[in-house]
Amino acid sequence: MNIVRSILVRRETGIAVMIVLLCLAVGLYKPQFLTLNQLRVILLLVPLIMIVAMGQMLVLVARHVDLSVGSMLGLSAMLAGMMFRDMPYIPWPVGFVVAIGAGALLGLLNGALVTVFKLPAIIVTLGTLNLYRGLTFIVSDARQVDRQFVPSALKSMSQTSPIFGIPWIIFMALGIVLLAWWFTRHTIVGRQIFALGSNPSAAELRGVKVNQITLLVFTISGALSGLAGIMYASRWGFVNPSNTGAGFEFQVIAAVVIGGVSINGGVGTVPGVMLGVLLLGCVAAALPLLGIPGTAQGAIYGAIILVALLIDRSVRQQGIASLKMVRA
Amino acid sequence: MSTTGAPTTPAAAMHEAAPARPVWHVALVRPETMTLVLLIVAIIVASYLSPYFLDIGYILRSFTLSAEFALVALVLTMVIIAGEIDLSPASNMALSACLFAWAQASGIPMPIAIAIGLLAGLAMGALNAFMVIALQLPSIIVTIGTLTLYRGLAQIIAGDKSIRVPDWFIGIDKVMVLGIPVPVVIFIVAALVLGLILAGTIFGRQIYQIGTNEVAARYAGIRTRRIKLTLFLLIGLVSAVAGMMTASRLGSVRYDLGLGGELQMVLMAMLGGTYIFGGRGTILGTFLAAWLLVVVSTGMTVANLLPAIQLTVLGVLLIVAIIATNFIYSRTQR
Repeated sequence: MNIVRSILVRRETGIAVMIVLLCLAVGLYKPQFLTLNQLRVILLLVPLIMIVAMGQMLVLVARHVDLSVGSMLGLSAMLAGMMFRDMPYIPWPVGFVVAIGAGALLGLLNGALVTVFKLPAIIVTLGTLNLYRGLTFIVSDARQVDRQFVPSALKSMSQTSPIFGIPWIIFMALGIVLLAWWFTRHTIVGRQIFALGSNPSAAELRGVKVNQITLLVFTISGALSGLAGIMYASRWGFVNPSNTGAGFEFQVIAAVVIGGVSINGGVGTVPGVMLGVLLLGCVAAALPLLGIPGTAQGAIYGAIILVALLIDRSVRQQGIASLKMVRA
Repeated sequence: MSTTGAPTTPAAAMHEAAPARPVWHVALVRPETMTLVLLIVAIIVASYLSPYFLDIGYILRSFTLSAEFALVALVLTMVIIAGEIDLSPASNMALSACLFAWAQASGIPMPIAIAIGLLAGLAMGALNAFMVIALQLPSIIVTIGTLTLYRGLAQIIAGDKSIRVPDWFIGIDKVMVLGIPVPVVIFIVAALVLGLILAGTIFGRQIYQIGTNEVAARYAGIRTRRIKLTLFLLIGLVSAVAGMMTASRLGSVRYDLGLGGELQMVLMAMLGGTYIFGGRGTILGTFLAAWLLVVVSTGMTVANLLPAIQLTVLGVLLIVAIIATNFIYSRTQR
């Protein structure tokens, strides 16, 4: 009974129920939504958001926010794509190193600005969001990296599959999720991020190296954005200086917040974020089937962020109320 | 902090940061001084790049391109001083302009269409205020959400098309008053009014109090919620006005009107020395920063820099401005 209860009150259960209800509702209206083929569509929509969301989750748990993920994705994808175009003799897997490395450096810069100058992350990353996007135009000379330059081996990662017809990039996203789960649950550093987010001053007194952890979460967020960048090149086969990753930050923040990560820091689980991303993917896949134009997506992401905030608030208040009951 | 007790005149308020120091010293370490110096440097450099720069008409015409953002930035300054932030005004501009254009295109008489646009702006400000004040959610995340939501709603209303506005409505930036384009006049008048309110009225000083220490302000009997509500409603309304000014300048409305404008607005406030954690900042600073930004971006256009490079420069400026402001304030602790 207790186990059932504890499963029922978990945040993840709520999101899972929402996913099931959404799928059933759409499926009743349009039966083709509940087919394996549609599952494939949903799964192909989510890997990029999934990977970046894991980094964003760590940043939010540490009481910061990273608005620059979309621009970091774009810039690192562009650097890798230009390497493919201008230096075709370099083996293509090096592109992963370039993109992840570039992303990590950009994220490190965000983290350094936040820690060294004690600036709020929201303003720093609003600045770097534009700075990195501008840099993408500058390094690329405002030219797109076209399809023929992206190695076909890389592109096929989004199409061919090792098993069950599930493409490689989905397995990669799954790998990152497992890694993130292990990192947040079973490493000292991972737990320290939560300690820092719950109570920064207490964490510092407890011996948590606040600056190093802050640098780390921003660097991870950058590196994962870089990985998502090279996967963007794989998935879509081109890199465009203005489109690639633009507006991505809002989708990611929507997914992470609906996944139960508290904006006040210290709270968040990897399964929750994973379900949040899947929910977003289901919504995105359901829209065209329901005949809702793609132009409605932005409004829906915005509404999702606000609804998630409201849920977060009521959950927090219940938590406080139950604490008071225990004390009484 | 010390602003409440003694009867403060605006002049006294300017000096109370360091009463023991000489006036010139106090003036020198104020962030507005930094903005002014940067502005003068920028004008000198820009006029070096192009002789057009010494033409005041040219600068005024360039300013009409940013006047809408600058107008909103003035109110945003007050919001930031009160310890909150609003990232949604640029989307608010788009949605209220789209609603207005859609209303008049579907045959609703013009005055009512304008009223619809303005009411929409107010309503958007009210939604932000409701989430932030009544539900106690952090304004940063709330306005990221509404930033996405408002822009998305504008996209639903307008689709990918652009909606034309009637001919007589077009061209507010071409109308001159005493040789100054109307948007610039509106901006200057708004700066004067808001500056007087912020520096010279009880209401204005209470905004500083809230930003310095909200709990203390509440215990001191200041109606913090009511003042914040006023500010959010004001920024909503002013955004709607700015949206319609943009519609008049461009002659048509698309959902991407003012896209990315939140960067410029926050940048103007930060460059003008508004403290991001609240409690400090002046309208004068934002006023100067708006001109600085116009001179810089016009200078970059004259120097034939790509828009993308300008974006990079703005991003760097934002970070440099906030570092410099924080540095100055850390040296002049009250």
